[in-house]
Parts: sequence; structure tokens; C-alpha cells
Amino acid sequence: MNTIDYNTKVIEMKNITKKFGDFVANDNIDLVVHKGEIHALLGENGAGKTTLMNVLYGLYQPTSGEIFINGKKVEVTNPNVAIENGIGMVHQHFMLVDNFTVVENIILGMETTNKFGVLDIKKAREEVEELSNRYGLYVDPDAKIEDISVGMQQRVEILKALYRGADILILDEPTAVLTPQEIEEIIEIMKNLTKQGKTIIIITHKLKEIKQSADYCTIIRRGKKIDTVKVEDVTEEDLASMMVGREISFKVDKKEAEIGDVILEIHNITVKDNRDLEVVKNFSLKLHKGEILGIAGVDGNGQSELVEALTGLRKVEAGRVLLQGKDITNLSPKEIMESGMSHIPEDRQKRGLVLDFTVAENMILENYHKEPFSTKGRLNHKSISQFAQELIEKFDVRPRNENQIAAALSGGNQQKVILAREITNDPEVLLAVQPTRGLDVGAIEFVHKYLVEQRDKGKAVLLVSFELDEVMDLSDRIAVIYDGQIVDIIDGKDADEKTIGFLMAGGGVGDERK
Amino acid sequence: MKGNKFVITLISILLGLIIGGIALSITGFNPIEAYKTMFKGVFSNPRYISWTIIRSTPLILTGISVSFAFKTGLFNIGAEGQYIVGSLVATMVGYFFHLPPIIHPIVAILAGILAGAIWGGIAGYLKSKFGINEVITTIMLNWTALYFSNFMVFWEPFKRPNRDASERILDSASIQILEKWKTSDAGRAFLANNNFLKEFLNPPVNFGIIIAILVAILIWYLLKHTTLGYQLRAVGFNKDAAEYGGIDIKRNTILAMMIAGAISGLSGATQVLGVSKETAILATMEGYGFDGMAVALIANSNPLACIPAALLFGGLKYGGSKLQPTMGAPIEVINITIGVIIMFIAMPKLIDIIASVRRRKRGVEVEDSK
Repeated sequence: MNTIDYNTKVIEMKNITKKFGDFVANDNIDLVVHKGEIHALLGENGAGKTTLMNVLYGLYQPTSGEIFINGKKVEVTNPNVAIENGIGMVHQHFMLVDNFTVVENIILGMETTNKFGVLDIKKAREEVEELSNRYGLYVDPDAKIEDISVGMQQRVEILKALYRGADILILDEPTAVLTPQEIEEIIEIMKNLTKQGKTIIIITHKLKEIKQSADYCTIIRRGKKIDTVKVEDVTEEDLASMMVGREISFKVDKKEAEIGDVILEIHNITVKDNRDLEVVKNFSLKLHKGEILGIAGVDGNGQSELVEALTGLRKVEAGRVLLQGKDITNLSPKEIMESGMSHIPEDRQKRGLVLDFTVAENMILENYHKEPFSTKGRLNHKSISQFAQELIEKFDVRPRNENQIAAALSGGNQQKVILAREITNDPEVLLAVQPTRGLDVGAIEFVHKYLVEQRDKGKAVLLVSFELDEVMDLSDRIAVIYDGQIVDIIDGKDADEKTIGFLMAGGGVGDERK
Repeated sequence: MKGNKFVITLISILLGLIIGGIALSITGFNPIEAYKTMFKGVFSNPRYISWTIIRSTPLILTGISVSFAFKTGLFNIGAEGQYIVGSLVATMVGYFFHLPPIIHPIVAILAGILAGAIWGGIAGYLKSKFGINEVITTIMLNWTALYFSNFMVFWEPFKRPNRDASERILDSASIQILEKWKTSDAGRAFLANNNFLKEFLNPPVNFGIIIAILVAILIWYLLKHTTLGYQLRAVGFNKDAAEYGGIDIKRNTILAMMIAGAISGLSGATQVLGVSKETAILATMEGYGFDGMAVALIANSNPLACIPAALLFGGLKYGGSKLQPTMGAPIEVINITIGVIIMFIAMPKLIDIIASVRRRKRGVEVEDSK
């Protein structure tokens, strides 16, 4: 905290209003950020926090309001103006060229050249190394982007901004895609940066990380600024209720599980990834009725391929999968669905939604061929709309318009559309992969409550999540996956973060006692 | 949003006409005079209007074919080849089969549809089975169709002696309207007193336009209101999500190409049965399929919009052809105009940018006036 220079307002946004048609995304918002602070922007999905930052970064023009950068009034008409004024933005979805090296990506667009105008990669490399040493952002400058982890890619994005002379960094949901270890590292990096005089704005809805990293927090709810608070003075619960506008309970309320018969049996299956490598190896697991079985693990240990194999989207090379005693190995996705399995996919934009379809059309993606949505091959638009309206209401999808194109929804609301659809299928087995990714606390609470409800009804839930907290909060049993195999299965009540973290990192492998 | 796109299309057409006019002036022709000639060439005589409709009919269908494929995520560059096989097979059925009227054209049309469907289906099958890009296969199939058609026309029993064309279809297979009556005594007598109808019916007016309109409505309905259309669009927009939703992608890809091919095949069939009555030996492609792509682009892949788009396209081409005899202006100039129109439609972004710059300027002015 001692690094904050309260005399220098690096950013001052005054009465910012941004309208999209009739929709007011930002309503008269003020924001002051001092030099050297980490300032969190907190808000629900679609509250308008990213819009506000896009206004600051010049991606949107405000409908009204003024922006001062370092005390000077600036018309940020496009991102180049923002960059000239020392603002850098790291987007939630990275914008890197996969088959370029780290250095090539960082210098892209402002390449260092020698006097003949030829690219001087050696000099550029030195500059990048110097930068990464100064700020503790260690990267391999010669590695290709496609070969490095998501956490490393994020560092490259930050370096890219710093290389362009950014003093103020905007990070949009920086931890959304990171593992617990990587989250700690990025928080360390952010603190390091502020010590050296940089200012950071993070857009987030993860309260824990705000408490860990931020100095100040501005809460936005439905386009309006609620308050700016000193993070020290408030609890996570305070932040949550300011954000949602009501009390939020963090603890998942659940009674003792009544575990029933086995419903899903996975026998020694092997699955290959797109590069034809075996990533799920001789994998076995039994899922019972009435339980939530969490699969904990670092991203990339075969979880995605496992889920795709179970749902018929990927070939099972060897082994068998039984659902309610019926062999569903390598059946089509439709047949597996009709056998009683539903799937909340990991990647909502790739798998979960047809983005160019309306919300209503997405709601019936799996059931379009059934009554009442269609009769004899003809769609019944009326009953489709009605069904969609009900789900939109029930699951609080915003905006409340079933004819909205899915691409126009915020990430959290897109997720709600998928949830609504899958939950309404009322499956025997629900395969939930990262079901709360990108959701705000209010929505997370809702999803968790539902998953527990499903369990209490005697249905089974297989939860795959990279967020350890989520797995630990919800699961009756936790299976830790490492390198395509289950390392250990722990009772949810006995689980502690340390043991699981150790197992997730491969700590239990080769331990003969297991 | 929809209104916006329509306005952009109109602006594009206007800009195309302006730049086409500039091209005309540069080559030493008075653009206003030229456009007047074109306009007259289309509207001054009922006969010309007939001709414009007749010329546009195959373009409506190939336009729908390309639009439909595009809506399902496929680039059907093969409308030309599908058109060729459709017309070839329809000619053969029209000549070799001896069937009563009404039945005969229906059989010939269905045969043309089937031929086009198979031709498109080959590309669909290769894509879904082996992952071969349909752009490549359909281009190759265009040439295959062309030479296959020429080969068949050279076949002794089918070739008309001393002509570079096939035998003409039997009268029973024709879909021309009032064909016999027009030349009968009663018809002549009636038309002598009715100049408008006389002129209008002078060209080979046929049922093709009605078929084309029906197909446009049918395809629009299929895409919008049926489960099949839902599936096809889902696959077209996002095949991963479609697969996740339990839709069979491979089956739908083949089906989509077959339907697209069928429509182009139908286009060829109506042209043969209604206008040309024969299949000629072609040195190169006639371009109905390629022009269909342009029509689809103007129509923004909306099957219903293909009707006005094709009429515009056909009108420009037909009206443009009048420039040469009356003004001595080269047909290339009219092709430039058409090209410019399509170019502007293909880059609505540019018009968007121009519009937003204007808005911003206006915004500044408003602020200044405060």
C-alpha cells in the first residue's frame, strides 16, 4: 500500500455514460485511480465493467463524460490514443500469434529494425529479456506461443503492453483461465509491477483475489457505480452483497449425501487427443446415484478428452463405459444423451452455443426434433419462444429477450443459457465441466445450489473443474486426475487444499502404497 | 438491423452505378445517355421486360443454390457444373423419352434436379468422408461437368447433324407458355389486336419464373421453419456445437450439398425446357452458376432476396447489352458497373466506416454548436 501516490491521479473518468441503443451499459460512472495502486473493478456479468474499460482503452466512445489521464483531458478515440497515453490492456482472450515466438509476439507492430530497415531480432530479444527481468515476468523468449502454458501466455500479453510503454495496465479477468499456482504467481507479478510505479486495474468477480491483491475496489451494479472502497476495510461478504445487491452465502448448503447404486461405470478407457497421443490412460471410475464426484486436476491432464469420450464426441480407443448398465461406449452424442446423460461443455462458445442462433434457438439445440418444439419436421416457433421465455425468466438471463443473438450476450449469460438447457433435460448423469467459469457470485451460488439439488434428487453429477475451491465445496468425493489417470480418490469431508494440490501436481504418482 | 442491410445494399448499387458512370465517361460515353439507353433497353417495350425475366430466371435459381449452401456453411462454387449436368440430363430426357405433355416436362425437370443433386452430393460426400474442401471439389466438378456434357452431345444418337448442339427436346417436354397458340391463327388474330401481350409473349416466356419463385419460398420456409433447416443452419454456423447437440454433421453436409446441387440442376433444366431447347457444345462455361454467386452476394444469402437480386443482375446484363448496338459502348463497361456493385456489397464494412465517420463528424459539430 505504501507504493500508492495519492497526489497523482493517473486516471480520472468523470460521469461516463455509454448507451447501446436503449440499453445503458454505463450510467454516469466516476472512477479515480491513483498511481501505484491495484484497483479492482467488481461487478456481476454484464454489469458494465468491461464496457467501462473499453471506453478507457478507446474501443468504445462514451455517449457522454470525460476522461483525464495523468491530469490531462484526453479524447480516447481509438486504442492507439490509449497506448500513446501509457495505457495497456490485456484482454480475457489473448491476442497472440500461435506459431510466432514470444519475442516475435511482443514486438509485433513495433518491430525493432536496424538502419537498413531489417528486423533486428537480437536487439529486440535483449530488450524483452531486460523487461522481463525488471518486472519478474519470466518467459522463454524463443518459445513458440503454442508450446507454452496459458499462464506464460498471459505474461507475454503483459510484456507486450509494457513493451509499448504502458504505465497503466488493464487486466480483464486475469485469473479466469489460470491454475491455482498460476493465480498466486500473477498476483505476485501485479504487486511487483506496482512497486515499480505501474498502476493496475483488474476487472474481476473473484472476491478472494480482490482481497489478496487489490488496494481499492470499485463496485458496479447494472451499469451504475455503487461505491469505491478500501479493500482492507471490507470483507468478502461485504463486497459480494454490494455487487449483487443482496446477501450472499458462500458456503454451499448441503446435507449428508445419500449415496446409491453405481450409475456410470468407466472401465479402463483410453482416449487420444488431437495429436494422436494417449492422454487418458486406462482410466477407471465409478459414479454413484446421489453423489457429486469432483475431478480435480490442472488443466491439460486429460479432462477435456475424458469428457468428450464420455459424451460421444471423441472415440474411446479401448475400454468400456456403462450408463445404467447399458454399454454406451462410442455411441453417438444423441444416443448417449437419450440414455440419460447431459453435458455442460467446457468451452461454451465452441461447443455449447451456436453463437449466430438466437437464445431461443439455442435453448432447443438438443430437443429441436421433439414435441412440442416441432411436429412432423416443422418448427413450432410459438412453443419454442414460450419455452425460451420461461427459461430466461427462471435462470435470470439478461437481457430478457429470447430473440437476441447468443453472440450478443455476456459470457455469464451465455453460460446461463447452456445451464438452463442442460438442467431442463433433467438427466440421470450430469457432466458439468467448469460450470461456473466466468460467472459472478450470484450466479455461482445458483449453479451450486442446483448441482446439490440434482444430487439430492438421487441423480449423479460428475463435476470437472480447474478451480479447486469449487471442487472442494461441492464434491462428496474428489478424484484427482494427473496425466490421464486417477491418482487418488478422497472423501470430500477429509479433503484439504494442500493434499489435493500436492496430488494435482503429480505428487502421488509412483507412490506404491496407493 | 435488417433495414440497415437493405439500405447498405441500395447505397452499394448506387455507388456502383456512379463509378460505372465514371468508367463510361472516361471511355468517352455520356453516362446519363448510357443509363437511359439501358433503362429503355429493359423497360421501353414489354418484350424487353419478358426477356429480362427470362434471362434472370436461371440466376434466381443458381443464386438460391449458392445462398442455401452458404447458410449451411458451405461454399458452393459448383453451381455452374450442377447447372450443366441438370441441363444435359433434362435435354436427354426431353429428347429420348416419349411421354405425354405435362408429365414429360415434370419427368425431365425431376431428372435435372436429380443430376444436380448427385453432382453436388459428390462434393458433399467427399467433404464429409475425407474432409476435402468443397471449394476445390466443386471447382473441379465444374470442368468435369463441362467436358462430360460436350462428350455426351457428340454422341451420335444425340447430336444434331451439322450443328454443334444436341437434338432439340420434343414439344411435349417444353415448359413455354402458350407456345403453340402464339403461332396458331387464332393466337395471331388475338395478338394482332393486343399489342402489349403480343410483345410480351414474343420471347420464349416460360414457367421457369414461377418455378423459381416457388423454390425461393420453399427454401426460405425450409431454412426458417423446419427441423431440417434448423439442423442445416446449426451445422453451418457452428459444427462443433451442432455435433454436441446430437446433430449428424456428415449426413447434413452431404444433404446440404445435394439440395444446393438440386436447385442448380433445376436451373439448368428450366433453361433447356423453357428457352434453349437444346444443349450446345460449350467452349467455356456460360456463367449462370458464377453469376449465381454474385446474386447470392447481393441477396445477402436470403433465398427470397435472390429474386430481386437476380432481376437486377439480369436487367443490368440485358440492358447493358443494348449499349453496344446503340452507342457503340463496350459490354465491358457494363461488366465494370456490375463488378463495382458487387464489390461494394462485399464490403459493407467500408460503408459502415464511412457512415460512422460522418456520424462522428456530425457529433463534433453538435458539440461545437453548444
